[in-house]
Amino acid sequence: MDLSLSESELAFQAEAREWLAANVPAEPLPSMDTEAGWKAHQEWEARLAEERWSVVSWPREYSGREASLVEWVVFEEEYYRAGAPGRVSQNGIFLLAPIIFDHGTKEQQDRFLPTMATGEKIWAQCWSEPEAGSDMASLRSTARRDDERGGWVLNGQKTWSSRAAFAHWGFGLFRSDPEAQRHAGLTYFLFPLDADGITVRPIAQLDGEAGFAEVFFEDVFVPDSDVLGAPGDGWRVAMSTAGNERGLSLRSPGRFCAAADRLVDLHRSTQRPPAAAADRVVDAWVKAQAYRLYTWGTVTRLAAGGEMGAAGSVNKVFWSELDIALHETALDLLGPEAEVASPWLDGYTFSLSGPIYAGTNEIQRNIVAERILGLPREVRK
Amino acid sequence: MRFVLDEDQRDFAAALESLLAGADTVGAARAWADGDAGPGLALWKRLADLGVLSLATDATPVEVAIAFEALGRHVVPGPWIESAAYLPVALGREVEGVATVALLPHVPHALDADVADEVYVGSTPVTGVRERLTSVDRTRRLFRVDGVDDAGAVRGAEPSREAFDLAVLACAAELIGAGERVLADSVTYVKQRKQFGREIGSYQAIKHALADVRIALDFARPLVHGAALGEVDASAAKVACGDAAYLAARTGLQVHGAIGYTQEFDLSLWLGRIRALVTAWGTPDFHRGRLLEQLGAR
Repeated sequence: MDLSLSESELAFQAEAREWLAANVPAEPLPSMDTEAGWKAHQEWEARLAEERWSVVSWPREYSGREASLVEWVVFEEEYYRAGAPGRVSQNGIFLLAPIIFDHGTKEQQDRFLPTMATGEKIWAQCWSEPEAGSDMASLRSTARRDDERGGWVLNGQKTWSSRAAFAHWGFGLFRSDPEAQRHAGLTYFLFPLDADGITVRPIAQLDGEAGFAEVFFEDVFVPDSDVLGAPGDGWRVAMSTAGNERGLSLRSPGRFCAAADRLVDLHRSTQRPPAAAADRVVDAWVKAQAYRLYTWGTVTRLAAGGEMGAAGSVNKVFWSELDIALHETALDLLGPEAEVASPWLDGYTFSLSGPIYAGTNEIQRNIVAERILGLPREVRK
Repeated sequence: MRFVLDEDQRDFAAALESLLAGADTVGAARAWADGDAGPGLALWKRLADLGVLSLATDATPVEVAIAFEALGRHVVPGPWIESAAYLPVALGREVEGVATVALLPHVPHALDADVADEVYVGSTPVTGVRERLTSVDRTRRLFRVDGVDDAGAVRGAEPSREAFDLAVLACAAELIGAGERVLADSVTYVKQRKQFGREIGSYQAIKHALADVRIALDFARPLVHGAALGEVDASAAKVACGDAAYLAARTGLQVHGAIGYTQEFDLSLWLGRIRALVTAWGTPDFHRGRLLEQLGAR
């Protein structure tokens, strides 16, 4: 066992730290779910990309640094320690890009990845439907074959599409074989959100900002060149995205370690902290450390060729509950000031969505129980 | 960066597991509780032959953690934390035979002092072993010893911080092992026990409770190994392992129902062990306080 970084990893860490210290905006950017904030976050992505910091783990030909998993975790630690802005390009670079690398054609990689890396095109995920939330395989939006035009015609409705209010492109699953049931007969599509027949209706989230949207599809034509993977194979293709979102890539330990350190500082600077707060501060810090160390174990196993698998569900329940506990503790420390707008309050509101998105924690616990503990499967209709 | 056990460590874990799995450790623990130390001492000798008593002086804390996780999984009786973690560091030498220790304020009574060849208060040998106290863990035979006066003061040398931290790490690892065992046995039970015509493990209420145990244990173990490597304080491991193992114990008892609430059923051995170790070698409150102090001093 060895937790030390190699010389080249240390050099990478130092370079990242130095660049971030010199370039991270001194003032927090406005919320990315407002028009002004969106623009500021896009500009920040462009700044990152200029010096190959936007997608460090990607190949060099797509403006990455070919960073290893270890280096990626190190970069994320540095990124959040430096207090750098949230990633408006997150859905694209972390959820969609791995699939484009694995299942996309070279033409698709060349067309989509460069503008994703610079933040010029921001991607929104279109998974849920009004009647397909946790039960995603029950989705009803359709794709009808159009041989004449060489593509598909999409109809239906997606909802809770993060970033869709301002994003340029969307990705999601549609039922391409009306006879097929559940996981079969689904196809993975990419589509510009300003295409003919698409209507985006922003939805105000708890904090009042349009962080997600409904997306309506009325005879939207998508050419074959914008199908990701084979037609009918969408579920399998999409599941690799779900694993990414639940697991390592969306919630790097750096976020929680940085937040836990700020919580410790807040506790220290609070004049008369509530008596019960001390234990909760310590627990949040301990859990952030546990998450960091657990991630190093995961990274070691993945680097040796292992797969994330159902462990992503263990991960997702833990970080989402840690995120809430951490921010609740901060609000309790702030006392009567807690209700006043602040970065802690923003973080708290955001943390509340953690146990819901990317598969609710109830679904994750089912997965842990069935696939890891081997308990009998739920009866499903 | 390689945060998994290496091959030698996995081999050591496998050797321990194979020894303990075939050793009727439950029988030894029950006999120990009833005052028959014979089977437990035979087991003690076999574990000593495998090198468990020399890990603290000759190996790294990672090996100590591996050994104690196995001891916890098999509810091995005897003053192992005392003999294989605290005393070798406090005395600066390997323990011969069986030794035990009391150490105020965290370890007020000497475990298994009737069986031990040597009894210490801190690192000072004492001879006066007084009355026996009954522990929630029947296999933990606690004794008052001379040298710890009524005011709670310890005569003799100051307790060694380094020795104490290794004992805390060992205790955390033992808790993880015990928690893992309770989870494994509970999973087996709920897959076989049927009510209302189906396995109770198919009910979501049971699944989610056991999933929470899996999650808690998965995030506690890295702190044990992280503490063994000096990356975090042993207190962090003790806090997380105590919480995770205790959750395993409470959940394990609940899913077993009434059979779990009997002494005859083996689950009772782990329930008692976990409850005792949660407050042994520093209470959760003490360890959280120590962490807060360190965080404040950064």
